Amino acid sequence: MQNKNSKSIYSVPYFVWILLFVIAPIALIAYYSFLDLSGNFTLDNYKNFFTSVYLKLTLSSFWYAFLITLFSLIIAYPTAYFLTKTKHKQLWLLLIIIPSWINLLLKTYAFIGIFGLSGPINAFLQVFGISEQQILFTDFSFIFVSVYIFIPFMILPIFNSLDKLNPSLIDASQDLGASSWTTFSKVIFPLTINGVKAGVQAVFIPSLSLFMITRLIAGNKVITLGTAIEQQFLVTQNWGMGSTIAVFLIIFMVIIMIITGQREKGATSYGKNK
Amino acid sequence: MEKTSKLAKIYLALVFIILYAPIFYLILYSFNSGGTMNSFDSFTWEHYAAVFSDTRLIMILINTVIVALLSALIATIIGVFGALGIVFMRNKSLRSSILSLNNVLIVSPDVVIGASFLILFTMIGVKLGFASVLISHIAFSIPIVVLMVLPKLQEMNSSLIDAAADLGATRKDILTRVIIPFIKPGIFVGFFMALTYSLDDFAVTFFVTGNGFTTLSVEIYSMARAGITLTINALTGIIFVVTLLLVIGYYFISQRGKKPVGLGVRK
Repeated sequence: MQNKNSKSIYSVPYFVWILLFVIAPIALIAYYSFLDLSGNFTLDNYKNFFTSVYLKLTLSSFWYAFLITLFSLIIAYPTAYFLTKTKHKQLWLLLIIIPSWINLLLKTYAFIGIFGLSGPINAFLQVFGISEQQILFTDFSFIFVSVYIFIPFMILPIFNSLDKLNPSLIDASQDLGASSWTTFSKVIFPLTINGVKAGVQAVFIPSLSLFMITRLIAGNKVITLGTAIEQQFLVTQNWGMGSTIAVFLIIFMVIIMIITGQREKGATSYGKNK
Repeated sequence: MEKTSKLAKIYLALVFIILYAPIFYLILYSFNSGGTMNSFDSFTWEHYAAVFSDTRLIMILINTVIVALLSALIATIIGVFGALGIVFMRNKSLRSSILSLNNVLIVSPDVVIGASFLILFTMIGVKLGFASVLISHIAFSIPIVVLMVLPKLQEMNSSLIDAAADLGATRKDILTRVIIPFIKPGIFVGFFMALTYSLDDFAVTFFVTGNGFTTLSVEIYSMARAGITLTINALTGIIFVVTLLLVIGYYFISQRGKKPVGLGVRK
């Protein structure tokens, strides 16, 4: 018993952290969503949210996030898979992670130059006789840059789950006559689904709330929920409306978490069996 | 088998090229004496000189590093003890709800974290600036440390602790000589992840930083909104070299540490 008590003393800062920085902020956001500009109680913010302006914004935000996640997954899964086959896989993985250490703003800034009217992509296109294209400030550039930024965060969890996969399972599947596609779809993918889910979580939710890339690359053309919140908080100074959008973002987040939630029991028992 | 591995190599090479091209593109033009990122005129160091003569920029750089190191360190300490607290929790449903709460900040959109922290700091009267930025960075780094340490703790055989206790180890001994060495790889990864989170963060800092205090991300954002400045390119060059050195150091440390630990884990 004494043992338990002393341990819990050291974990006190952690539980205080949960109270102060997890529970309190959510409560505050919920509270502010019922306040108007002068601090009086109101339901107007919620009424506003259900007007076509905000509903359209939500839908388009979801659509962009979906596309970004989809492309990240399509590119990341084979990358993670091939990485596990390399000789010095930890070193290669490290090389994948390094770009994510370079400040995100710097990488975004690079694309302002690359996609610019007289940038290298346009220079390359001109070799084939294609005239100058406006690449910057389009949906394509927005999605491309977002995928570029998020890819390491998708690769990492998938790599980890692939790496944990017992290779004898693949051998067994092949010995029993399964084709490579069957092996992949019936053995490898289901066993690494937790990594995929973790990756989807790590990409989809941030994509909903991107605001820096929308400003720099999409030139205010793409407005996500994140852009709207930033606008309300820092430009319009309407914290009430901003909080209302944030409440909905949190609700969406919880739904996504439930959908992509990992069944812990299955995961740990698998780990232990190995 | 041969064919797929060749295809795999090409695919990987392509991914690596795309991942690194923008960074090398920025670094290449940091040596451009012309003021643009389009045509390379001639080689120059002037943009690097501009970075080092800009004391404001240097201060921002130092601030960013201090915030990252401090927040990662504090978050690691709090997170490791948090993970220990979770693992030794008897009540299963309480444990899983704590774990869900732990993950809230990881999956929360940056903007929501930033906005809610802004409300929090204004309410309890924390002045926006260094303190608010540091506290926010600690706050959003703690859960990732917990997540990195927890699997290691669960992997650990509880009879190790029983054996140590039976052999007369004190609680402090058990912690410092049995538990900590076993979960050390997790702690390292957690620390570096926290460091990455802090260095990479833009959105949260953007919300909770006041007028007086800026980190690199926020500064680059305002610079980039104003247009192309090759000073940013030079900055990228410096950051890239430093990152590379850190990573190489980290790799060698983790490789050296791996052999004895690896033997223990793999049984």
